[in-house]
Amino acid sequence: MKHTISILVENHAGVLSRVSGLFSRRGFNIDSLAVGVTADPSVSRITIVADGDEYMVEQLEKQLNKLIDTIKVRSLAPDELLSRELQLIKIAATPAQRSEILTIVEIMGAKIIDISPSTMTIEISDTTAHLARFEELIRPYGIKEIVRTGVIAIQKGADTIAVKK
Amino acid sequence: MIKAAEAMVKCLENEGIKVVFGYPGAAICPFYDELSHSDIKHILVRHEANGGHSASGYARITGKPAVCIATSGPGATNLLTAIATAYMDSVPIICITGQVCSDQIGCDVFQEADITGAAEPFVKYSYLVKNAQDIPRVFKEAFHIAGTGRPGPVLIDVPMDVQQTMIDFEYPETVSLRSYKPSAKGNALQIKKVAEAIKAAEKPLICAGGGIFLAHAEKEIKEFAELTGIPVVSTMMGLSVFPTDHPLYFGMIGMHGVKTANHAVGDCDLMILIGARVGDRAVKSPSWLEENTKIIHIDIDPAEIGKNIHADIPLVGDCKCVLAQLNEIMEKQNTEPWLEHLREYRSNIPEKPAEKVFTDPKGFLKKLSEAAPDNTVAVADVGQNQIWACNNFKVKNGRFLTSGGMGTMGYSVPCAVGAKLADPSAEVIVICGDGSFQMQMMELATICQYNVPVKIVLMRNEYLGMVRELQTRMYADNRIAVSLGGDPDFVALARAYGISAERVENNEQADEAIKRFLSSDKPYLLEVMVNETESTL
Repeated sequence: MKHTISILVENHAGVLSRVSGLFSRRGFNIDSLAVGVTADPSVSRITIVADGDEYMVEQLEKQLNKLIDTIKVRSLAPDELLSRELQLIKIAATPAQRSEILTIVEIMGAKIIDISPSTMTIEISDTTAHLARFEELIRPYGIKEIVRTGVIAIQKGADTIAVKK
Repeated sequence: MIKAAEAMVKCLENEGIKVVFGYPGAAICPFYDELSHSDIKHILVRHEANGGHSASGYARITGKPAVCIATSGPGATNLLTAIATAYMDSVPIICITGQVCSDQIGCDVFQEADITGAAEPFVKYSYLVKNAQDIPRVFKEAFHIAGTGRPGPVLIDVPMDVQQTMIDFEYPETVSLRSYKPSAKGNALQIKKVAEAIKAAEKPLICAGGGIFLAHAEKEIKEFAELTGIPVVSTMMGLSVFPTDHPLYFGMIGMHGVKTANHAVGDCDLMILIGARVGDRAVKSPSWLEENTKIIHIDIDPAEIGKNIHADIPLVGDCKCVLAQLNEIMEKQNTEPWLEHLREYRSNIPEKPAEKVFTDPKGFLKKLSEAAPDNTVAVADVGQNQIWACNNFKVKNGRFLTSGGMGTMGYSVPCAVGAKLADPSAEVIVICGDGSFQMQMMELATICQYNVPVKIVLMRNEYLGMVRELQTRMYADNRIAVSLGGDPDFVALARAYGISAERVENNEQADEAIKRFLSSDKPYLLEVMVNETESTL
């Protein structure tokens, strides 16, 4: 089962290596990892998606909490979160194929951000499942390159994950 | 304004540090230069790993973080084994390393090693100090982190130019770490559940781990056991929590433990794990225990609960606080039938025929421990000698130290040096093998230079006995790379350092040798000749 875990950490050098080192050291399988600074510049937020059972998630949370730089760890249930991942895709596209591709892009809520005589570059930001569907639709044209940011997630409604003052 | 190097020394003085263990080099020279003006005593070890082990011994006896020092590059990497050893046994040591100049970091200059990166898996925390003005805060935090919660090693890596920078010095009085606040007191509801489960149990058993010492809960655990009448077994790290001959104590559990203790684990209906992490050598089959016994797990590290064994009642907290909380509400239970059951196991252990030609190591250690003073600190190395010591050295009111988690050969002599300096009134006895001794025998020079009167029992069987035994059992007796054919005359070797030494060829010579060994107030080495076929258990 996939688990989305949000981690608030001190925003200073070496923290990311401590967190990522822990995954390999303890044998956790990580699907994605995204990190960025929060509203409080002294705090970074890491979002990880991990694959495993309940035991693994409990251990992962406990081991993350044990790191001195970790301020808060919160596992987000699938029904309480909104998640997004940004993907940039460069596909092969002859001028004749452009309008066809544009239709798919518009229907799927993506955007063309660059074009060349032989390629088009598309930006799409959505859930991982939606990104996968889009990739299937675009695959027949010939995918040249894919770059993705990893999943970030936030809670639905008024709930927040913040540092206690 | 003072030099950051001087500030580093002042930080140590502020933390009450009296002794440090180290080995200098170019990148740590600014610090050493300032250390020479301090009252802090520096012990020059003969290998950086031993500096770490000595700090470990010192810390385990004082219960406070102890300090070791190394230079950059190879000095720092030599420390790694000691750091990992301390990490596995949760020993609070502060490791100070010199680093190459800030502007050269990453250029692969002479004696450069990314030690904070290399040590990352084995430290509780580490610092690479880039701004000299951070020194006072970093040291204050390092001692706080190392010594509180579940203790562990903290590494402070200081580039040479940072050590030479002028800073304003004021040692902080408090630590402000929003992300690190270990809980001490046990949750009241969980305490109640624990108490109820204990009261309902007919065959409860306490399993005491090394966490008892880390929490300074020796008094509380005795009170808890004696108050309730619950029998006690220990892990290797928990050895010496109870005197060996205490009526409620039934020995060490695990792969190399005593039968009585393992039977107790098998027969109990409630297992109370206190400060023990259920390592694979202590509990071979946690799933069997989970199915057959109710488990209470008390530990200050929440990550240990549920890691190796599922706990029916988890209780996070400092053992000392938790036991004090429990002692207020517990009362005497009728454990007499259960104790009687356990005592039967004890009396059914058959005596093995004694060794004739060589010295029987087990019998020798029994005799030695009986003759040793009440507050003796026994330091066992790793290998057959460790298990012989665990199961045969009778602890009274002293301590039993060993590298339990990491199983680091070469730990005992430097650890004993630290332990003896921490408590000069205690008799400190090393028990090691001829294999492990040769990983640390350079420390005989340290012992001589600073006249640290540790006593060394060297069990000589000219084999890496434990591996030899493994090869015999599991690899059709294919003995490969386990013969120690090049052993020197250890008595002559010790004497070459000016250390008194003698050989114990057989059991008949043991009593007199032990007498001389214990009556000496100087370092002393006994080379005890052991049959190569002697078994671990």
